Amino acid sequence: MAVSHEPRIVGFLCNWCSYAGADLAGTSRITYPANIRIIRVPCSGRVDPLFVVKSFQLGADGVLIAGCHPGDCHYTEGNYHTRRRFALLRPFLDYLGIDQERFRLEWVSASEGKKFSEVVADFTETLKRIGPREI
Amino acid sequence: MARVGVFVCHCGTNIAGVVNIPEVLEAAEKMPMVVSATDNKYSCSEPGQASIREAIIENNLNRVIVAACSPRMHEITFRRALASAGLNPYLLEMANIREQCSWVHSDNKEIATNKAIEIIKMAVAKVIRHEPLYPRQVGITKRALVIGGGITGIQTALDIANAGYGVVLVEREPSIGGRMAQLDKTFPTLDCSACILTPKMVDLSQHPKIKLMTYAEVKKVTGFIGNFEVEILHKAKKVDHLKCIGCGICWQKCPEKVPSEFDLGLGKRTAIYIPFAQAVPPKPVIDLSHCRYTKYLTWVATGQEGKKPPECRICEKLCPTAAIAWDQEEQLFTEKFGTIVVATGYQTYDYSHYKEYGSRDFADVITGLQLERLMSASGPTGGEVTRLSDGSHPKTVAFVCCVGSRDQQRGRPYCSKVCCMYTAKQAIMLKEHDPEVQCYIFYIDVRAGGKDFEEFYLRAIDEAGVIYIKGRPSKIYQDGKKLIVLGEDTLMGRPVEIPVDLVVLATGMEPSAGADELARNLNISYDTYNFMVEAHPKLRPVETHTDGIFVAGACVGPRDIPECVAQGSAAAAKVAALFSQDTLTTEPLIAVVNQARCIGCLLCVTICPFKAVDYQTTQDGRLIAATNESLCKGCGLCIAACRPKAIDLRGFTNQQILDEVAGLWL
Repeated sequence: MAVSHEPRIVGFLCNWCSYAGADLAGTSRITYPANIRIIRVPCSGRVDPLFVVKSFQLGADGVLIAGCHPGDCHYTEGNYHTRRRFALLRPFLDYLGIDQERFRLEWVSASEGKKFSEVVADFTETLKRIGPREI
Repeated sequence: MARVGVFVCHCGTNIAGVVNIPEVLEAAEKMPMVVSATDNKYSCSEPGQASIREAIIENNLNRVIVAACSPRMHEITFRRALASAGLNPYLLEMANIREQCSWVHSDNKEIATNKAIEIIKMAVAKVIRHEPLYPRQVGITKRALVIGGGITGIQTALDIANAGYGVVLVEREPSIGGRMAQLDKTFPTLDCSACILTPKMVDLSQHPKIKLMTYAEVKKVTGFIGNFEVEILHKAKKVDHLKCIGCGICWQKCPEKVPSEFDLGLGKRTAIYIPFAQAVPPKPVIDLSHCRYTKYLTWVATGQEGKKPPECRICEKLCPTAAIAWDQEEQLFTEKFGTIVVATGYQTYDYSHYKEYGSRDFADVITGLQLERLMSASGPTGGEVTRLSDGSHPKTVAFVCCVGSRDQQRGRPYCSKVCCMYTAKQAIMLKEHDPEVQCYIFYIDVRAGGKDFEEFYLRAIDEAGVIYIKGRPSKIYQDGKKLIVLGEDTLMGRPVEIPVDLVVLATGMEPSAGADELARNLNISYDTYNFMVEAHPKLRPVETHTDGIFVAGACVGPRDIPECVAQGSAAAAKVAALFSQDTLTTEPLIAVVNQARCIGCLLCVTICPFKAVDYQTTQDGRLIAATNESLCKGCGLCIAACRPKAIDLRGFTNQQILDEVAGLWL
């Protein structure tokens, strides 16, 4: 077992809420673990389950999808599709041999820089606890 | 072959203070297809942009990475820099190494430097897949549709028309004027409502740029900003308004009397009618559900069973211009518009759910709006406030605030905003009508936030001697000729029981019937109460999420007259700003369909929140999806839903995002 495992998280953040929330964490100088790599998407509903599976296939320890809170979607209903789509994907991860805890869907608004940092910190902590993936 | 240039910004010490820039540059130079990697103290400054420009030309770059702040900050700035170097502005990708790196990882410079390198690596992988994109220009139909002819719609239409653009105002009632026309006086100035409204109604009807369509409804809306196509249903008036001169003989002589909607059932109108004396247009319509001749025709058509109704046709016989048109049918017209303003207003809450207040069973329990009609000089009683039960003048009057407002149990938790002030106004007015009247007002809180409102409320107490009792009455019941109002004075902490002659319920506002259906037709959002939802409650109060469609007035939420007028003017200003351009530029970051791959499942059509995906048939007879560039907002919902991956989002293609992910492991 590695002494210190630094997990890698791929984060798909919607442009209007969560990406702005991540920016706000920066503007507010809130530090959080550097384990996340952020990919900007217009809406969390843009995230194809393929992106998630592909990230895991390439070696990601965790995948985060963050979007606007239900009811706040810039495109009115994109995040509802996200919610349903990934409720379906989640059990499928078990089938692929990927711990469901490695996948997270969170709602982070543009004013929740603090929440974003907490999500990343908590997710990193969880992934460290689970340990590296056994491929 | 892509030639990528990487420009790393120091942002003073904001980035350079944490991230080791030379190390980043060294790593960037080794990334695939990168031909140059340079740094800049402030990339966004003029010298910074100039150096990017020069490097693009010197190194013949065709893809650019700016590793600096968030794209939400300066993407537009650097796109312009690319354009000034003759490069397509959409060949830029920003690597966010400030907000999402140096500022949040200042505690560990080594880790921050590594992360910055990886962020740039991902951006390089993505930018290689960038394609030049071109915004498109679409024309605008410079003609606005205003839905609703209340004070908001009137103000909107007049302002747009005065800016020099054509307007069509659609009103479903036979006359414009809306709720304001029903009011007697307005708070807090006690202006006569009709005196300030009716001149505007006349202005509107005579304006050369405004086409008024009363007794008409919007049925279907297609198209997009600048190019809407709207189906408008003209209901059958059975009167040719081109011939009618509005002399009034028909409605004076019509023998069929029915309760007047305008007078809220307090007065009568005839079957051929104008809703009120100052109606615009001052020309009647025939209410077919009550017309005697229509009843006769139905009797003939259904086999002449029962008693023969009179054939009547008195209006036709008396009309001096032969304007009665029995053969007139409802008609559907399609018109083109550039923008649509929704100003459908409100109706008052139906208090039949309030069993404790008699559910409309007591003749002398009326609503605030009914009292307006009783107080109005042009109302059914000629301005005399009398009891409906016996015609006597009430001497004690109880007002009950918040009926259908601030009531969780009735599903109306919101404040209707105007009731506190209009009850104060009505109490003052009643005292003016008859100095012997004593008014009691049951309230929860007096909300007098507005110019001169608090003073007006104090005037009700000081000058009109109104007694305010804090508490919602628990029951109203009839006792002989009196109505007994039971409640609790919560400030005194004791029960109260007041016998009164008249009870006035300050019924709250709710959106007009059919607001939800209209919103669905227009594809704009509405809330759980059917109020329209604005694009942003603070900063975009009259816009909606559908470009080119605006909302104003009480259809968005409870508003008083000045707010409605202000919103009407605001919407008109938005429309005029749009019409001042000859063409609209559309964002090229939108969904496009690969026709060869599309299997015609049309899941994208159902999933699109903007009705931007439609279908068409190819020459070989296949059904395929097609996106509308002007309607698409580039959310990408359809792309994630597409099974054969036939639809893709420019700027965020599947390949680009997958490459971005893969870039992390390069």
